Amino acid sequence: MTHAAHHPATKPFRKRFADAAEPYLYSAPALILIVAVMLVPLVLGISYAFRDIQLLNPFSGRFIGLDHFRALGQDQAFFRALRNTLWWTGASVFLQFVFGLILALLLDKPFAGRGLAQALCFLPWAVPSFLAGLNWAWLFNPVIGPLPHWMYAFGILDAPNNILSDPQLAMWGPIIANVWWGIPFFAITLLAALQAIPRDLYEAASIDGAGPVQRFISITLPFLAPTIAITILLRTVWISNFADLIVVMTNGGPADRTQIVASYIFTQAFKRLDFGYASAIALVLLVLLLVYSLLIVLLRQTLLNKD
Amino acid sequence: MASIDIEGIRKSFGAFPVLHGVDLAIRDGEFVVLVGPSGCGKSTLLRMIAGLEEVTAGDIRIDGKRVNDLAPKDRDIAMVFQSYALYPHMSVADNMSYSLRLRRSTKEKIASAVSGAAAKLGLDPLLERRPRALSGGQRQRVAMGRAIVRQPKAFLFDEPLSNLDARLREQMRAEIKKLHGDLRATSIYVTHDQIEAMTLADRIVAMHGGVVQQVGTPLDLYDRPANLFVAGFIGSPGMNFFEGRYLVSGDHADLKLENDVTLPARRVGGIESGEPATLGIRPEHVVITEGGALEGRVDLIEPTGFGIIMHVTVHDVPLKVFTLNRAMLNPGATVRLDLPRDKLHLFDGEGRRLG
Amino acid sequence: MRTRQLAFTVAHRLAILAYIVFALFPLFWLLKVSVTPNDLLYSEGVRMWPSRATLEHYTFVIAHSAFPTFFKNSLIVAGSTAVTVTILASLAGYALSRFRFRAKYWIVALMLITQMFPLVMLVAPIFKMLSPLGLTNSLTGLVIVYTAFNVPFATFLMQSFFDGIPKDLEEAAMIDGATQFIAFRQIILPLTLPGIAATLGFVFTAAWSELLFALMLISGNDAATFPVGLLTFVSKFSVDFGQMMAAGILALIPACLFFLLIQRYLVQGLTAGAVKG
Repeated sequence: MTHAAHHPATKPFRKRFADAAEPYLYSAPALILIVAVMLVPLVLGISYAFRDIQLLNPFSGRFIGLDHFRALGQDQAFFRALRNTLWWTGASVFLQFVFGLILALLLDKPFAGRGLAQALCFLPWAVPSFLAGLNWAWLFNPVIGPLPHWMYAFGILDAPNNILSDPQLAMWGPIIANVWWGIPFFAITLLAALQAIPRDLYEAASIDGAGPVQRFISITLPFLAPTIAITILLRTVWISNFADLIVVMTNGGPADRTQIVASYIFTQAFKRLDFGYASAIALVLLVLLLVYSLLIVLLRQTLLNKD
Repeated sequence: MASIDIEGIRKSFGAFPVLHGVDLAIRDGEFVVLVGPSGCGKSTLLRMIAGLEEVTAGDIRIDGKRVNDLAPKDRDIAMVFQSYALYPHMSVADNMSYSLRLRRSTKEKIASAVSGAAAKLGLDPLLERRPRALSGGQRQRVAMGRAIVRQPKAFLFDEPLSNLDARLREQMRAEIKKLHGDLRATSIYVTHDQIEAMTLADRIVAMHGGVVQQVGTPLDLYDRPANLFVAGFIGSPGMNFFEGRYLVSGDHADLKLENDVTLPARRVGGIESGEPATLGIRPEHVVITEGGALEGRVDLIEPTGFGIIMHVTVHDVPLKVFTLNRAMLNPGATVRLDLPRDKLHLFDGEGRRLG
Repeated sequence: MRTRQLAFTVAHRLAILAYIVFALFPLFWLLKVSVTPNDLLYSEGVRMWPSRATLEHYTFVIAHSAFPTFFKNSLIVAGSTAVTVTILASLAGYALSRFRFRAKYWIVALMLITQMFPLVMLVAPIFKMLSPLGLTNSLTGLVIVYTAFNVPFATFLMQSFFDGIPKDLEEAAMIDGATQFIAFRQIILPLTLPGIAATLGFVFTAAWSELLFALMLISGNDAATFPVGLLTFVSKFSVDFGQMMAAGILALIPACLFFLLIQRYLVQGLTAGAVKG
């Protein structure tokens, strides 16, 4: 009796193997696909950054070390794209967040027809991004769109011209389209967080004599803060990589004024078919994003330590 | 029907041990209740018997056959879950017949098994309903029905009544006991409710901290608790305890409390004079009498309808007294009490029963 | 007090109305131009509704353009992607939800990483990998690529649905005589149907909208998906706005249908995807 108590129960090998293998069998198809179609190309792409790969040049393909990166150091278009990326990401995220928060607060109050209003407000999110881009490009087009005429009437523009072809203003086009398209994302996430706040907290605060503004500052904001932080961080990365609207609306023009790094990579690969150079830019972008994420993690650590 | 033998069973989750070597022999047809506070390992033990948890060490035998490596489906046992675990997308009849359908029983056999079980549990009018449309008590019955259609080797119950309200719980408790009387099936029942344990069990297994504390009939555990844990766990209101030193003087013995008060104790073996000990007495055994040796200050009166629970303080030690005497509803500031020697329980410094 | 509350309510409703107008106006304009006859398009520029509406653009697009082919291609690609992803993600999500195993941490990490790096990085290498296999300019190639891109997010989504189903149910089934896989198929999957529908909807919408990889991998009209077709149409004949907008409205229909399907699950989907749009 005692000997059984002190020896681990041994199982037949076949059963042990079958038990251990089961979860892997369930996840294997997904994993194989991810590795083959995402991880392998990622590694391949990193190797391209150090090679001369041009699709139309059969003699390309050799290893050229850091040549692409030296060229990149001289590439004014690239640095402009970097600045544009900051501008594009910052403005888009900020406006999406502000309007998303307002919309979430508006929809958090119960009223007749809220379900329908919510569905209509969130509808832009369902519009395919290429269509959203085209749609706004048309709205900005003075031939068929009303916006230039209205902006001219309000004195915002000197003449009813297409802002997408004005180097000074062009970036606003994709940003506005992006804000229109992305507000629902913030609104939905924030609305979910709002509705997770226990209602009796508000009632308790009212009984304690807090007004609406105080309630917002002392209950709503602290509860929303983690959601806001994580949504903004993730969204920043996502939007900085989001080239669809720019490719569709301006293709980086006029004169590269709306080119962001992601669309620049796409242009290099798609238009110039220079896969090596495109991969080198992509690698730089990847490193920048890693640094950004690392900074965020460090910032979080120091903030946590301070508390 | 079958016997179940458990030998040296251990279980760890990672490096965290939850069962420290459990031995238990359950006879064919016996109703055994595993009872203990939450986290004592009783549910884990039950789930290991069912095959839902890996066995870290030791052996489980059903009918003499080692089942450690058998999948739950091959052990021929049935289980009633705390949540009932009824399949929400199936009717009551389909819920009950699922196990038979998986075993590819014939249509006639399934029909007769389901109608037999439904008749026993009064489920006939509910057979076509979905679980969602049933009350808590009805769901409980369906869960029982699902277990009995198959006539398995053993029934396992994992706190099956804890989601019911008090009245229904009482009723289902009696029904389970009646059902066991009819079927005489080997049953293992897990609960944290000592009343359920006392009323249902042929034998109770009291568990605490992953160790079996005592195995015995309900009255064994009530009359002769093996240690402080069992003494405190079984019985409601719980047993009163006094900690002190055991002092022998000639033929009789006393317990000297920290505040130098002495209480009468019994002369028992296994302990030397001067060693630490704990004295226990059940509230229902404390006698209120004019000539009592102790004086108690009355702190609180709790009438239960059936009787009265009095909270009194004796020599700065709190004591609960249970009495059926209605006059005690207005007892005055103090009462005089006796602790009858033959009702005293004595435990040594490690909490083990003496005598 | 009373009037203040009333004023507040009115302001609240007006603000919501303003947002709805902002959200719907671009789509309304799309619809308006698509039903405006060509001869009125320029003369009645900023009118809210043309004095004469017509469906001629729609009939032309459906009968005389390549858009039905694009539409069909997109349906095939998005539909196959949605089905394949949902099957793979159900299996993987179930493993993540129900099993404790050594590599789980690494699998989750791998899937999270795929959500973080810029997919545009993969445009060139994927083209290079697929072209010797004959998978460029083919719908199959697109399905494979889209499936891989959407599996991680869909796996997390399915996992969250599985997490919502009590483990007791499978355990009851296993005691009733089922293997884990049979319990998965007969008990868990039927209960996850709403989740499966939501996953299908999310993936369909994502695949229906994808643009960059379709542009890169597809060159001819035969295998072009809707975004590619519409974009090349724009750059080739940037004149017939009516027809393009009619086509745009058509592209919107499946997306809106699936939006209705997944509306209830938006929050779960967005938190599961976290970084997906």
